Amino acid sequence: MVTETPSIKADIKELKFFYGAKQILNSVSMPIYKDRLTALIGPSGCGKTTLLRCFNRMHDLYADTSYKGLIQLQPGEINILDPKVDPIEIRMRISMVFQKPNPFPKSIFENTVYGLKVRGVKKRSVLMDRAEQALKDAALWDEVKDRLDSSAQGLSGGQQQRLCIARALAIEPEILLLDEPTSALDPISTGAIEELVMQLKNKVTIIMVTHNMHQAARVSDYTAFMYMGDLVEFGETTQLFTCPRDTRTENYITGRFG
Amino acid sequence: MERHFETKIEELKRILVLMGAYVEKALEEAAESLLKEDRNRFQIVHEIEDKINSEQLHIDNFCMELLAKQGPVAKDLRFIVAVIKINTDLERMGDQCVNIAYNGLDYLQHGYKIDCPEINEMVADVKAMVKQSLDAFVKNDEKLAQKVMLMDDSVDKNKNAVFRRLEEWMMKNPQHIRPALNLILIARNLERLGDHATNIAEDVIFASSGRDIRHGRESRT
Repeated sequence: MVTETPSIKADIKELKFFYGAKQILNSVSMPIYKDRLTALIGPSGCGKTTLLRCFNRMHDLYADTSYKGLIQLQPGEINILDPKVDPIEIRMRISMVFQKPNPFPKSIFENTVYGLKVRGVKKRSVLMDRAEQALKDAALWDEVKDRLDSSAQGLSGGQQQRLCIARALAIEPEILLLDEPTSALDPISTGAIEELVMQLKNKVTIIMVTHNMHQAARVSDYTAFMYMGDLVEFGETTQLFTCPRDTRTENYITGRFG
Repeated sequence: MERHFETKIEELKRILVLMGAYVEKALEEAAESLLKEDRNRFQIVHEIEDKINSEQLHIDNFCMELLAKQGPVAKDLRFIVAVIKINTDLERMGDQCVNIAYNGLDYLQHGYKIDCPEINEMVADVKAMVKQSLDAFVKNDEKLAQKVMLMDDSVDKNKNAVFRRLEEWMMKNPQHIRPALNLILIARNLERLGDHATNIAEDVIFASSGRDIRHGRESRT
């Protein structure tokens, strides 16, 4: 149960997104609360991953896409979607972890400090300290501390995903985006990732797309239900899963459609 | 496509209604045995209570299974939580019926009759409350549930009237305390039955709309 309304880390205001002429997001407005986990749920094609990808301007990598509206990052009210704002800078502040673990074909250490090196951090002791902290935050340190120079490819799927989370955390992001982070993992690894994100949300704002509604119910503080590009309902997770306001939310989460 | 879960919910509803019917029957038998002075009906109440107890276990297990396997949310979750609570209320209502039977038998065995019309009114009110609370559950009828809650005031009022009447009576007839005590206890049992029916009505409203109106948290109307 969320006891007090936390401060806002990002404010989505009338966000519309288009692939060519096709509108994918229909004027979505909602807050993202600081140091809380917000889950985005909804049936396939509802726009939840599209919304997530707006946060670090992933859509810029593809032709013929356009945004309208704002995502204001606080403090400072910087509009993430402003073409004058450098997407590389945004991705340094907002990092992302994908559905399938995707470690680079490098050592565990090199994977962890990759973002820092891109930023120009070269000092070995700084890299080492940050790698240790990130791996500890990702609950992987104890499992890999004696083999930091081994290939990341040799880790299990669950470990690889935690390494990807460590890599995302090493740059000390303000927001961590998780796109179905456990859908490719077994139940044990899924449980480990869930425990991890529940600890992480105390120090970083997290937005997570998930198809697993019980996962959203277990780990998130706030939940947004999307349907056909609309934000149908946003609220505290406890409220949304016990007493949803919208019939469409009710029908979706109880498995009556979708 | 009907969800498998939907059929399970319907089955759970059916079992709870059956248990409710046992409680209605137990109350009917306990009250009639007292009002019509038919001692043979007391035993029937005990037999029905056995059935109520075994249904209570059945419903608890059924709900546990649904919670464990289906991970219900929203109105499905509220429904199952309400059923678990109503189940407890119904079992206790069965116990109260047995208490009425026990006190009623003792009262009749004493052989001394006390005129106490409020008891008859309480029986009528409580029977209506039990029936309507179960109807409200079956029909998911919030208005009917609210009606049940309003009836509880009349039951409480009559219970206080019984207490006052019998207190005076005992002072005037100190040699016949026991039958008066029996009736006081029966009034107390009936009042508790009314409280349980009120709880059921509150749970019906919670299951239906998610509103928790217990302990004056929200207006009952």
